[in-house]
Amino acid sequence: MKGEAVILSRRSVLAGSGALVVNFSSLGRVAAQRGGDEQGGAAVPFRGNLSKFPFLDSWIRLNADGTIVVFTGKAELGQGIKTALLQIAAEELDAPFDQLTIVTADTARTPDEEYTAGSHSVQDSGTAIMHAAAQARQLLINEAATRTGLPAEELHTESAAVIAPDGRRLLYADLVSGQMLHVEAAAQSMLKDPRQLKIMQQAIPRVDIPAKVTGGEAYVQDLRPADMVHGRVVRPPSYGAKLLDVDSSSVETMPGVIKVVRDGSFIGVIASREFQAIEAMRALAAAARWQETATLPNGAALPDFLKAQPARDIVVLDARAASAAAAKSLSATYTRPYIAHGSIGPSCAVALYDGDAMTIWSHTQSVNPLRGAIAEMLGMPKDKVRCIHAEGAGCYGHNAADDAAADAALLARAVPGRPVRLQWMREQEHAWEPYGPAMAVKVEAGLDASGKVIDWDYTLWSNTHATRPGPAGSLIAARSLAAPFQQPAPRPIPMPEGGGDRNSIPLYQFPSARVMHHFIPAMPVRVSALRALGAHMNVFAIESFMDELAAAAGADPVQFRLQHLDDARARDVISAVAQRFGWSDTSRRKLPGRGRGFAFARYKNLAAYCAVACEMEVKRETGRARMVRAVAAVDAGQVVNPEGITNQIEGAILQSMSWTLFESVSFDERRITSIDWSTYPILRFSAVPDAIEVHIINQPGQPFLGCGEAGQGPAAAAIASGIADATGQRLRDLPLTRERIKTAIGI
Amino acid sequence: MKLNVNDRQHDLDVDPRTPLLYVLRDELKLNAAKFGCGLGQCGACTVLVDGEPVFSCVTPVSLLAERKVTTLEGLGTAAEPAPIQRAFIEVQAAQCGYCIPGMMMRAHALLQKQPQASDAEIQACLEPHLCRCGTHMRILRAIRLARSLMMAAQAGDRR
Amino acid sequence: MPGRSIARRFAISVGVVCLVLALGIGTFFFAAQAPSMDPIVPPPANSFASDLVQRGATLAAIGNCDVCHTAPGGREFAGGRALPTPFGTVYATNITPDTQSGIGTWSQAAFKRAMRSGVRRDGAYLYPAFPYDHFTLISDEDNAALYAFLMTRAAVRVTPPANELPFPLNMRPVVFGWNLLFLRTGPFRADTAHDETWNRGAYLVEGIGHCGACHTPRNFLTAEKSDRRLSGGESEGWTAYALNDASPAPVRWNAETFEHYLRFGFDQSHGTARGPMAEVANDLHAVPQQDIHAMAVYLAAQIGEAKPPSAKVEQQQAGQNRGKTSAANSADSQAAVSRAGGAPSSDEGAIIYLGACAGCHEGPRAMPFGGIDLALSSGVAGPTPTNLFNVVLYGLPAAEAVRVPVMPGFAAVMTDSQLVALARYLRAHFTDKEPWQDVEQSLRAARRSAQAAIVRSAPSVRLNPPGTAQRPQNEAQR
Repeated sequence: MKGEAVILSRRSVLAGSGALVVNFSSLGRVAAQRGGDEQGGAAVPFRGNLSKFPFLDSWIRLNADGTIVVFTGKAELGQGIKTALLQIAAEELDAPFDQLTIVTADTARTPDEEYTAGSHSVQDSGTAIMHAAAQARQLLINEAATRTGLPAEELHTESAAVIAPDGRRLLYADLVSGQMLHVEAAAQSMLKDPRQLKIMQQAIPRVDIPAKVTGGEAYVQDLRPADMVHGRVVRPPSYGAKLLDVDSSSVETMPGVIKVVRDGSFIGVIASREFQAIEAMRALAAAARWQETATLPNGAALPDFLKAQPARDIVVLDARAASAAAAKSLSATYTRPYIAHGSIGPSCAVALYDGDAMTIWSHTQSVNPLRGAIAEMLGMPKDKVRCIHAEGAGCYGHNAADDAAADAALLARAVPGRPVRLQWMREQEHAWEPYGPAMAVKVEAGLDASGKVIDWDYTLWSNTHATRPGPAGSLIAARSLAAPFQQPAPRPIPMPEGGGDRNSIPLYQFPSARVMHHFIPAMPVRVSALRALGAHMNVFAIESFMDELAAAAGADPVQFRLQHLDDARARDVISAVAQRFGWSDTSRRKLPGRGRGFAFARYKNLAAYCAVACEMEVKRETGRARMVRAVAAVDAGQVVNPEGITNQIEGAILQSMSWTLFESVSFDERRITSIDWSTYPILRFSAVPDAIEVHIINQPGQPFLGCGEAGQGPAAAAIASGIADATGQRLRDLPLTRERIKTAIGI
Repeated sequence: MKLNVNDRQHDLDVDPRTPLLYVLRDELKLNAAKFGCGLGQCGACTVLVDGEPVFSCVTPVSLLAERKVTTLEGLGTAAEPAPIQRAFIEVQAAQCGYCIPGMMMRAHALLQKQPQASDAEIQACLEPHLCRCGTHMRILRAIRLARSLMMAAQAGDRR
Repeated sequence: MPGRSIARRFAISVGVVCLVLALGIGTFFFAAQAPSMDPIVPPPANSFASDLVQRGATLAAIGNCDVCHTAPGGREFAGGRALPTPFGTVYATNITPDTQSGIGTWSQAAFKRAMRSGVRRDGAYLYPAFPYDHFTLISDEDNAALYAFLMTRAAVRVTPPANELPFPLNMRPVVFGWNLLFLRTGPFRADTAHDETWNRGAYLVEGIGHCGACHTPRNFLTAEKSDRRLSGGESEGWTAYALNDASPAPVRWNAETFEHYLRFGFDQSHGTARGPMAEVANDLHAVPQQDIHAMAVYLAAQIGEAKPPSAKVEQQQAGQNRGKTSAANSADSQAAVSRAGGAPSSDEGAIIYLGACAGCHEGPRAMPFGGIDLALSSGVAGPTPTNLFNVVLYGLPAAEAVRVPVMPGFAAVMTDSQLVALARYLRAHFTDKEPWQDVEQSLRAARRSAQAAIVRSAPSVRLNPPGTAQRPQNEAQR
C-alpha cells in the first residue's frame, strides 16, 4: 500500500494506551483520503454517540475461527443495509464477503446509533464501519509485519490474509489476538483506492432475501421462543379516550385466556393460542365502555385549519436582497393531507420479563431510545431493559412498532417468565400509527424580463415530523396508564436536516430568497416521521412551482432548472434523465391524453441527488391518471450496492405515486375512519407503469449519500406536472384524485 | 383433525374455527404465510388449497379436512429453491419482503395452470396483493423469469 | 262415422287458421318495417346548450346508459357489451356520434323515435333487450337532453359484434309482433292521485330508470309481466329483489333508506349493492339529490307500509347494537359479539360462519366497509340463495384508488357441500323463513355464471360512500 502507516507510530509516541481519539466524520469527508492522500490532521467531530464508541471492536470483530462479525447500531428495514454494510466491511478488510456476518441494532451489543432514519445508515454507520475495517486491516498488517520482521509496506492483503512478498500467507484468524482490535481509532485511515474496489459497487445479492422467499425465519413475527404466549391489546375508539369500565370476568374464563391486564385505560389480554387471544380481545373490546373526548379538525378544510393554528415562526432562510421589480409575478398554494405509513405487516413485538430484566424484540427504528422510553414507562433502570431489533415489514419512518413494543412489555410484566408475542391488528395499525403530517405551502416568485427568477418567497405550515421515543410519553400505552405519562411537547428538527422544513430551501440559485416555517405544536391527529418527512411536500411544491414559472417564462422545464443551478452534480443528474427519457426528442408525437413531467431535488440539500421524468396518461371521462413510464437518475456518491440503490428509487417512485394520486387519512369529528385497506386504498398492480428506469451516477471516492428517501419528492412533482401537461390544468392539492382531475378539466 | 400440508399429514388439536394462517404459523411453525390484515384485503397470507390460491386468514381449518394445503415452504428450500424462488432471488425482487410469499404462491398457481400466461395475465392475477415498498416492477420481472425457468424445465423434462 | 267427420272438420279448421296465420305472418315479415329517416350531418358539439348537455348527463346516469353501451375495457358508449337473453346474445350498439358505426347521422327526431318506439333510424326494429318499453315514457324535452348529451361524447369508430340469435329471431320484423303485444307507447302521464314528487319518481323509475327491466319477472317471450311489476326479477345471474310488497328485506325499505342506498350504494340496514346494482348506484351517485329523493319516494310507495320487523330481526338488531353501535363501537376497536355463542358448535355451517365470516360480519367496522349483519341481509332472507352464493363465491373486489368495501371470495376454498351447509345455517340462524329449495341447484348455477356474476371493478364500479356511514359532512375526504 502506498502511504505511511501513520497511525501507530503516533500513538505509540503518545504512550500507547490507545488513547488517541479518532474522529470519524459523519459525512465521510475524511474518506476523501483515498490512495494515501493526507488532508491535514484536523479532527472532525464524531457524529452522535459515535464518539462514545471509538473502539474498533465496537464495529468489527475477528474470531479465531476465521469468522468476522460487523456491528451496526442501524436496523435492516428492507433497504438492504445489512448487505451494504457487509460489503463496505469486506472491501476495506480485504476479506471474502461470505466470511462476514452482521449484528444489527441491539442495545446490549451494538453501538448506539440512535435512529435508523433520514437515510443516514450507509452515510453514518457505513462510514464508521469503513474506517474501522480499514484500520483493523492496517493493524493486521502491522501484526504480520511484527511477526515476519518485514516492513509493513511490503505486505499486502487478500482474502482475509496478509501476504508476504515470498508468498507466505498469514490468515487474519491467526493474526488476531485478544484485545488487538480493542483500540481507539486513529485520526486517519488507509482506505481502498476507489479504482480498485472489488466488493463495493457490486450488485452483491442481499443476504436476507433467500430466507424471505423460502420461509426461513426472517421477521419479528417469526420468533417463537419456548413457552411463548399470545397477547392482544384493546385500543379505545378515539385518541385520549378514557376507559370507564370493562367487565372482563367473562373474558377471563374464555378458552385459553391466561390473564386480562388492565392499568388505567390500558387493557390487554394474554392467551395460550393466537386465535384465542383474538377472540378474547374482541370480547374484551365489546365489554369496554369509553369516554371519548377527542376533537379532530374538519378533514375537508385542513389547509384552513393549519393556517389558523397558533404557530412558532422559524425563519429557515432569509437571503433577501433588494431586486428590481419583477416583470412577472406568480404565486401558488399547495397542500397535502395526512398520509399513513400503512406498513403491510401490522406492528409486532415479543417481550420477556424474567422478574428482573426485560428483553424486547421489536422492529423499531431506534432500539436505544425505545429502550429508554420503556424503561421509564416501567420504572426500571435502563440497564435492565434490552431492546433487540428484529425485522418487521417495511416501516417507512416512525410507525407503531415502538407502541407495540411498549404494549408487549406491559403484558410481559404480568406473566414473568413467559415470552409474550404482541401483535397489532390491521385496524389498530391504521388508526393508531402516527401519520405524516398534513401540510400547506404558499410560494411566490418573480421573474425578470429574461425569464429568470429574481425573488422567491416560500412559506410552509406543518406539525412536527418527529414524536419518536425518547420520552415514555411518546408511547400510547404510557399515556394510557393509571399514572399516565404526558405527551412531550413537540419540537422541530433543526436544519439542515429539518422536519416539516426538510428540503424547503431550493437548491437553485436565486438572487433573493426567503423560507419561513410556521411550526404548529397542536397535534389533534397523531403525527410523526414518514419517509422523506417534509421533503415530499416541499419538493412537490417547489418543483411544481418551478414548472409553473418555467411556463410563465416560456421556457422548457429542464432548461429552466439548469439555468438556475450551479451544482455540477445536480446538473449531471438532470441532464442524464432528460437524455434517457428523450425529453428533447421532438420527433416523439404527443399522444392524446398524455403528458410528461420533470422534477429534481437533492435530498436535504445534503444527501443524494435525484431527478425523475415521467409520462402520464389521463382519461378524461374518468379522471384516471396513470403513470406510463418513468426515468430516474440518482447520484448517491460512492456506490456500495447498485441493486440496493435501484430498488430504493423504484420503490420511492411507486410509493410516492400511491401517496400522490390516491392517499389521504380520513376521519370524522372524533375518530379516524380510514382503518383498513378498503378505507385507505393504495397502489395495486393495475396502476403500475410499463417501465421504470433508474440510472446511477457513481462517484467513486466521494462520501456516501443516503438515497432511501431521495425519490419521493421528485416523483410527486413529476407526476403532478405530467398531469398538468396532459390536461392543461395544474393541480396543487394532494392527493390528485380522479374527482379533482375531472373537476379541473370540467367534466 | 387431520390436515395435509406440503404433502405431510398432521394430526392437530385445534378449534376448527381457527383460521388456517394461525395453524400454519403457530402449530406447524411455518413462516412464509404472513398476517397482513386478517380481512382478505392484502394477500400476504395466501397459500394454495388443492392448487388454488386462498387467503388463509379467513379460511377456518374446518374447511380443509380432505384438502391439500401448499405453502411456500412446500415449493422449495434455500438449498434447493423452486423456479419461482430462484427467480425472486435472482431478480432481488424484495425490499422488506413481507408481501412476497403470498404473491409467489399466487403466481406459482397461475404458472402451473397456464405455463404460458401472458405478461398482462400475470399482472392481473396479482391484483388482490398489496406491496407497500413499491417492489412491483421487480415482482413482475421475477414472475416472468419464473415463467421462462418453468417452461425450460418442462421442455427439459419432455426430452 | 260422426267422430271422424268432426275430427276432419276440426283438422280442416286448424289448417285454415294456420294458413291464414302463415300468410299474415309472412306479410308481417316482409312489411314490418318502419320508414327510414334521412341521415344528417352530425351537429357540432358546441351547438348544444351546456345546461341541456348537463341535463342529458344526469338522465344518462339515471338510465345507466354507459353500463350497457360500454364493453368491459372498451371505450365509453361504443357498444359491444354482450347482453345475454334466453334466446341468445344481443350486443349493445355504439351510441357515440360516430357517423359510420354510431348514431352520428341520427337526427333528433330519429333518436326520439328510437326511445319512444324502439325503431332504428333506418326503420329496422330494435330488440327489446334495449328497454324502450320503459324509455317510451321519456318526455320530448328529456329526449332532447339525452340527444344533446350523446352527440357531444367522443366519437368512436367501432362496430359491435353481430347479434347471436337463432332463426327466426334474427329477423328484426318479429319484434313488430312483440311490440304489438307488449309495448304501450308513452310519454309518461302523471297520476293526479299522487303528488309531484311521487310522479317525478314514477317518471324516472318507470321511464329512464327502467328499474322494472331487472326487478320485474318476465314471461316466456321475455316481456315484463305487466301484472307483476316490480315483483322481482333477475339480471346476469343475480336476483333483483322485489321492490313492492313482496320485498324480502328483513327491515322494510322506506324513502330514507332507498335514497341513501341509491346515492351511496349501501344502506346500514340492508347491505351493499353488488352485481349489476353496483353499477347502477355508481352512476346514481352524481345525480341531483331531488331526483334520487323522488325515485325513493315512489319506490317506498310501491313497497308499502313498514311492517314491524320479525322477532328474530329485533333480537339480532339488539345484539348488533351492543356490538356495533355501543360506545365501544369504533372504526378500529375489535368489538365483536359472537351471537352463535362462545362454545364451539358441531354444526358445520356454524363453524364455517364463525371462522370465516363472523370476524367481519360481526365486527364493528362501519358500513359499508365492514360486513353487514346477516340478519339484515336480503341475500339471506331472499327467495333463493343466488345472490348469497355469488357474493360468497366471488367476493367484492378492491377498486383502484377509491374506497369500496372489499370482501374475499371463497370459490376456491369451499366445496359445494360446505357452501350448502353454510347457506342452510345462515338461513336458519338469521331468518324465520322457510328453508330454501334447490340450494344445490342455485349453487351450481352460481358457480357456472362465474364471469357474469363478478362485480366489475375499477374503473366502472365506484361506490364512493363518504368516510363514515353516519356523518356525511366528510364527503370531501373521499
